[in-house]
Amino acid sequence: MTSAAVDTEAVAVETRAASRPRRRKRRAKPSRVALHAFLILTVLVWASPILWAIFTAMRPYSDTSEHGYVSWPRAFNFTNFTNAYSQSGMLHYFWNSIIVAVPAIFVILLFSSALAFVVSRYSYWFNVPLLIFFMAANLLPQQVVLQPLYRLYLWVPLPTWLSASGYLYDSYVGLIAINVAFQTGFCTFVLANYMKTIPRSLSEAARVDGAGVLRQYFSIMLPLCKPALAALATLEFTFIYNDFLWALILAPSSDVQPITAALNNLQGQFFTDNNLLAAGALLTAVPTLVVFVLLQKQFVRGLTLGANKG
Amino acid sequence: MSEAGPTSAEPHGTGRAMTRGKLLATGATGALAAYGLTASGAAARGMLSRAVLADTVTLASYEENAGIPALAADTKLFTKATGIDVKTHTFAHGPFQEQINSYLQGHPDDVFTWFAGYRMQFFAAKGLATPIDDVWKILTPQMPPAFKAASTGLDGHQYFVPNKNYPWAVYYRKSLWKEKGYTAPRTWAQFVALAKKMQNDGLTPIAFTDKDGWPPMGWFDIINMRINGYDYHVRLMAGKQSWDSPQVKAVFNKWRELFPYYSEGTLGLTWQDGAAQLENKQAGMFLLGGFLTGAMKPANAKDVDFFPFPVVNPRWGQDSIDAPIDGYMISKSPKNLAGAKKLVGFLGTAPAIDAYLKINSGNLGSNRRTNTAKYSPLQKKEAKLIAATKHIAQYMDRDTRPDFASTVMIPSLQSFISDQGSNIPKLVQSIEKQKKAIFGT
Amino acid sequence: MAGDIATSARVDGARRRKRAVRLSTGDRIAMTVMVGVPVLLTGALIWFPTISSIGLSFTNWDGIGGLHTIQWTGTTNYRQIATIYPPFWPAFRHNLFWLGALAFVGTPLGMFLAYQLDKQIRGSRFYQSIFYIPVVIAPAIIGLISELILSPQQGLISSLFADPRHGHVIDWLGDPSRSLWAVLVLACWRHASYVMIIYLAGLKALDPTLREAAAIDGASGTRTYFRVVLPALKPINIVLVVITVIEALRAFDIVYIINRGRNGLELLSVLITGNIIGEASRIGYGSAIAVVLLTISLVPIVIFVWNSFQEVPES
Repeated sequence: MTSAAVDTEAVAVETRAASRPRRRKRRAKPSRVALHAFLILTVLVWASPILWAIFTAMRPYSDTSEHGYVSWPRAFNFTNFTNAYSQSGMLHYFWNSIIVAVPAIFVILLFSSALAFVVSRYSYWFNVPLLIFFMAANLLPQQVVLQPLYRLYLWVPLPTWLSASGYLYDSYVGLIAINVAFQTGFCTFVLANYMKTIPRSLSEAARVDGAGVLRQYFSIMLPLCKPALAALATLEFTFIYNDFLWALILAPSSDVQPITAALNNLQGQFFTDNNLLAAGALLTAVPTLVVFVLLQKQFVRGLTLGANKG
Repeated sequence: MSEAGPTSAEPHGTGRAMTRGKLLATGATGALAAYGLTASGAAARGMLSRAVLADTVTLASYEENAGIPALAADTKLFTKATGIDVKTHTFAHGPFQEQINSYLQGHPDDVFTWFAGYRMQFFAAKGLATPIDDVWKILTPQMPPAFKAASTGLDGHQYFVPNKNYPWAVYYRKSLWKEKGYTAPRTWAQFVALAKKMQNDGLTPIAFTDKDGWPPMGWFDIINMRINGYDYHVRLMAGKQSWDSPQVKAVFNKWRELFPYYSEGTLGLTWQDGAAQLENKQAGMFLLGGFLTGAMKPANAKDVDFFPFPVVNPRWGQDSIDAPIDGYMISKSPKNLAGAKKLVGFLGTAPAIDAYLKINSGNLGSNRRTNTAKYSPLQKKEAKLIAATKHIAQYMDRDTRPDFASTVMIPSLQSFISDQGSNIPKLVQSIEKQKKAIFGT
Repeated sequence: MAGDIATSARVDGARRRKRAVRLSTGDRIAMTVMVGVPVLLTGALIWFPTISSIGLSFTNWDGIGGLHTIQWTGTTNYRQIATIYPPFWPAFRHNLFWLGALAFVGTPLGMFLAYQLDKQIRGSRFYQSIFYIPVVIAPAIIGLISELILSPQQGLISSLFADPRHGHVIDWLGDPSRSLWAVLVLACWRHASYVMIIYLAGLKALDPTLREAAAIDGASGTRTYFRVVLPALKPINIVLVVITVIEALRAFDIVYIINRGRNGLELLSVLITGNIIGEASRIGYGSAIAVVLLTISLVPIVIFVWNSFQEVPES
């Protein structure tokens, strides 16, 4: 019923599959060929929007305005990418994204693992309501909280060393806070299920040895949860990096706005034609794609940990 | 936090700007001296390093394209003359307007770029701006009375300093017209006939775009003023006339006659797409503001000319025009009030405007003493047009309530276009109902 | 999945031996902090604003001026948005269409793809990577990619089937009867990928003995799927239903970045944002629409919560 159990089952499935005699390599069954053909075709269709974006981005505007966007390219270069990058100051916005995402991930994992620890190891009356409290928060449409949240952010003052604007509004801290509040639910739920699969005996032994709650949590539980934490960190990076609404409304100035929300303004301001727009969009997608390529297994595990609750 | 990126845009041609800058700085200093607003001694010394500056004013700007370096030139001049540093925050043009309400209620910069007209009076009346009557004491002799009137709030105090304006007219490329032998129409009938001719010649007669939401307002404004007169238009904008009336229906019906001559795919095109259509000689005419030339290559921009919107009702002739005024305001509780007043005062003076227009030339200066000798032939013609027109409107989204303009008129005009004007009675009824809910009348 | 229940039952069994656990004061403080801080944060930033939104929906306020300028107007806002506010019902319909598209096109497509990829073929990893990409990139970027395809002057469709350089364009973005469907193609593209990941993991975790047993009994692939696999994946199916509905109600980024959600791309989420943050600032309207959205969202939320806690009762 848990992620770890799912994983172990998945591994078991693969081992069983590997140990079965490999019939398929000797005969190319027509249904297999058809399947491959279908999949290749589907992959092409699937990748076509991205391929089109890459194609458009690599053609200079003079080429496309003269020959149209659907035409054999007369020139193929990376000028649009360099222009999109340098003209719009994208580096600054990327950096904003990192400044928001990294601390947020840290805090989210800290909060959710702490909550999950309490909920999975101790049976309190408030365990279920607590989980509902957080999970439902994660499922709410963001616009429902937008207006009062916006007013709240304008009202809460912060010292200038924490926020250049002097308020929660338009500050890194503000963005980190709302992402933490919004995402904690999902991670708590996942980690609670994960922790339930960790044998009690481990923490029991520690308690008998006199370890307090904090020690059990930090020294025993957290290290054991590393796979789940890694998976969630990967996933959360993607979610927070891709966030649009919170950054758009709560941190609109170019000082602190992360890249995905900044695209909204950059679209009209700097990416004045589709070629630059394509280049800008692709550049923005690069970090998440890199993280995905490097950590694909973690990413998938993170998504399925949450879904395979049962 | 360091601000790399758009907020630190450098003006073009910094080398040449130095000498020109020194000249303008002297002029600026002189202008400011007339104010009695120069920092004693510091200005005379000229260039000051940032480290020595004790004072900062923050400025929010929605400038785009050439406007960014143009404004940067102005703030540099100001700093040279007064020793006050200006921190400019550049916002995207459209989103800045859309979010102005939340921006001003938040913690805005000391000074911000904005528009004259009711759109300014609305926010001033809500207490979101600081009155600047003292700044206007100096500016009054330098500004035409119409501009002062446009800068005055509902309570009689001034809140706005104008720096530039531009007319809305029908623009075309001279070389294309010469090639095809077109002449500027004076009446509506001639206008439609010209459009038909262009269509037969394989052009898109009239470029028409509405992805942005606001361009059709220019069409409504001018047709309304041509058919029903300026006073009716003003009352309609103020919510004092019903939209469900024969006069308004007449405007839409007249407008509908032009649909066969408009660009295809209007609702997916931005105004820059329209400018591109004009530039590529794809379209024959384009009703837009003078800022149009800023989106074109300079060589092509020189080839642009215009004619004022044709006569529809001989009673009114061509006595009205949309000629919106842009400028600056001070937010409600600026961190540096004195510095902010100096800045807006400076930005309205002739030397500042001259420096601005040098770089962003698709506009006209508001100050009487603007150096019009430096105007291009196109600008001179535009200035003549505005000077000769009896009634100047500010454009629908500045003449009426911002919530009415953005939540009612933008979608209503978009549905007018997508329906191709096929259901005007229902349209005006819907507008009137919503207008009543917003204006309360 | 059956194996999972057994595992957890074992774990639960161990835990059901309730032992009185005595906690030191230090422990109690630690736990209070571990639970209290996140609760405070989420309560302050999510739940408090939600309740405020509900309250504000019964008021008339332009947002400027202090809280004392709020006027109570009862259900006026609700009546007005239902009658004289033109974008409301179209937005409502569009959200329903969005839901329909995700539910009847995106989700089945994702499930189908997952099923094909589960067939242990060579290159499965590669195929999977490509299929995952739409989930990895931001919906806002997908909106920009939509523009690259649908823009009448510079987009793929128009350049392919018309002649934009001579004024003849195909304008799906600007045509209110078409724009939503055009955008939905890309939304389904993304949703199918999302569904595929989750469903594939579920299929992989399925006990193979189930399918082997069905195969021995002579059942065909399709029969096996509908009679054996689908029922066994019931928990996953519920998760898919919930995320499909949530995604349909949450849709915002794509349409906002294309044209601020106008002209055929109206959605409830965009109307709320426009009324609250736009130049208009009609807080009451915006909050009323937000409450409508909240009410509809409660359905999948309740289903999900009920489902999550039904099978594993906490002791």
